[in-house]
Amino acid sequence: MTQPVLKIEGLKKHFATTTGGAFSKSKAMVKAVDGVDLEIYPGQTIGLVGESGCGKTTAGRTILKLYEPTEGTITFEGRDITHLSPKEMKPLRSQMQMIFQDPFASLNPRHTVGTLIGAAFDIQGVTPEGGVEAEVQRLMKRVGLNPEHINRYPHEFSGGQRQRIGVARAIALKPKLIVADEPVSALDVSIQAQVVNLLEDLQDEFNMAYIFVAHDLSVVQHISDRVIVMYLGKVMEEADKVDLFTHPRHPYTKALLSAVPVADPIKGRKRERIILQGDLPSPVNPPAGCVFNTRCWKATDKCRTEVPQLLQIGTNHRIACHHPEN
Amino acid sequence: MTTKPFLEVKNLNVAFPTEDGVVQASNDISFTVARGETLAVVGESGSGKSVTSLAVMGLHNRKRTNISGQAFLNLDSGPVDVISADEEVVRKLRGKAMSMIFQDPMSALHPYYSIGNQLIEAWSLYNEGDKQAGKKRAIEMLDLVGIPDAAKRVDEYPHQFSGGMRQRVMIAMALINNPSLLIADEPTTALDVTVQSQILQLMRDMQKEFNMALILITHDLGVVAEVADRVNVMYAGKIVESGSAEDIYYRPDHPYSIGLLNSIPKIGELDSKRLIAIPGQPPSLISLPQGCSFRARCSFADRVPNNLCATAAPALDNKSSEHFSRCHLSEAELVKARKEIGGN
Repeated sequence: MTQPVLKIEGLKKHFATTTGGAFSKSKAMVKAVDGVDLEIYPGQTIGLVGESGCGKTTAGRTILKLYEPTEGTITFEGRDITHLSPKEMKPLRSQMQMIFQDPFASLNPRHTVGTLIGAAFDIQGVTPEGGVEAEVQRLMKRVGLNPEHINRYPHEFSGGQRQRIGVARAIALKPKLIVADEPVSALDVSIQAQVVNLLEDLQDEFNMAYIFVAHDLSVVQHISDRVIVMYLGKVMEEADKVDLFTHPRHPYTKALLSAVPVADPIKGRKRERIILQGDLPSPVNPPAGCVFNTRCWKATDKCRTEVPQLLQIGTNHRIACHHPEN
Repeated sequence: MTTKPFLEVKNLNVAFPTEDGVVQASNDISFTVARGETLAVVGESGSGKSVTSLAVMGLHNRKRTNISGQAFLNLDSGPVDVISADEEVVRKLRGKAMSMIFQDPMSALHPYYSIGNQLIEAWSLYNEGDKQAGKKRAIEMLDLVGIPDAAKRVDEYPHQFSGGMRQRVMIAMALINNPSLLIADEPTTALDVTVQSQILQLMRDMQKEFNMALILITHDLGVVAEVADRVNVMYAGKIVESGSAEDIYYRPDHPYSIGLLNSIPKIGELDSKRLIAIPGQPPSLISLPQGCSFRARCSFADRVPNNLCATAAPALDNKSSEHFSRCHLSEAELVKARKEIGGN
């Protein structure tokens, strides 16, 4: 087997926070990401899913070292990059890129599309064959934008087109890994499919690895090869796509899947639904034992005291649960 | 349904004059909703779904908006047209005969007042009685919408509630005066899926409890399939198709509805075949194209003879008494189109 593009072991990211008001000195730790392992190969897509506050975005950002990891190791193409300084990271940045959720906030409104996409070359000090402008126009064409619009500003584009600018910027230096954080959730349904298709085509063309962070399970199901389900900073379940969606073993995964509305009036209303009670507990003060025990219908005393380990239960299938589903 | 529908909207137009030109946001909208019925309105941003509902609620600034047409509420005391009625009359219907909940429960509640005070304010508009009676009713309502420990939480402030809990509070507030019509504008869009299914269940229960007419505005075709009796599909300010949920999902008659249904990945379909996207993007509402607004994105326009799609806007024609669409395609071509895009 080829070498993984990226390997993460025991990744943790904790943030310090004050509790009890702005003037209080008592510090608490938010364990936003609390032990994530992952291995991703060229051309592969791993979906990172979970509800808001589960740590999926923090995980994505820590992987790219936009946050300094608290613990764990990040190995990029065989090289340990966990503690590299921003300066040491710079040459590697061309290899690992990010696509952001909000195409309205992630593009500087004062810059033209040409500057925005071309910045990648300036920062890395690379001159593409034929010059920056020609290359930017080629990229614009590739992502489905009109190359004549190179001197336009972001506000002159629609949401879907702006996301295409974000994609062009990310692929400009032909990276090996892209972390896409909710890249289609701000777009209209009829536009989402266009951007998903574009991402898939580009992956085929450049053999890039994607870490696809999203809460929309139907999109994740469509695009991913493997899926990691997170809850309150912990990995609950990790499996190949087909396995996870046809045969979820963790009660949380099962509940999450059953909560997704089905676009079929007859099937949708007949299906068995598990409605979880309550909300996500505060990540500042997570429940003892299994973090999911407060909302789990199978929870026992063991779940309230003992943290379940993430264990292998089948080929490439791991879960952290004392009472897995059959 | 033999009874008269509660809401009857007839040829409603809403337009906003702007510096750049007139934005035709809602264009010749007609529909009805009966008590106990759920009408879902789907469409992308800018299709006019919210603008139409705000017009029904009388929430547009009349000085800056051109509204024409009619929207009758069939009250026990007789029908009232909320479009032509005096603003004061409409104000007195709001919160009592009709109510609305919004997408973002984070910004819809006032952060300085306790949940109880905000509920009591809504109640006291239409009820005699002191604050104690109001508070009792507020606790009752919080209890009904599934807020645990309501008697204690009624004195808490919005920031002490999670997103899902705040949306429950919004529902409690909207329903405190037993409205006959509830308009829910993307009520679960800001929520996580597990909380979304709780809120949808709650809305179904509340609709039964109060026998309300419910208009659910959403872009999520999954949510629509779960709760809607009837569906209006909107595009560029117009209703392009209207029918029962089964009609829309199994026998869609407009290329836009067909395209929309086929462009979404469906949970449970594990073969990752390429998504069938609708090309292009919606037109500007300031300079709508001549003819059919969807023409530029439609893969079937060339099958209509005489270039009709480019010259004449299709009228809303009824295939059956309950199923309408705006499209020039012949029935035979539609059947072919459905097969070509969806394979069904």
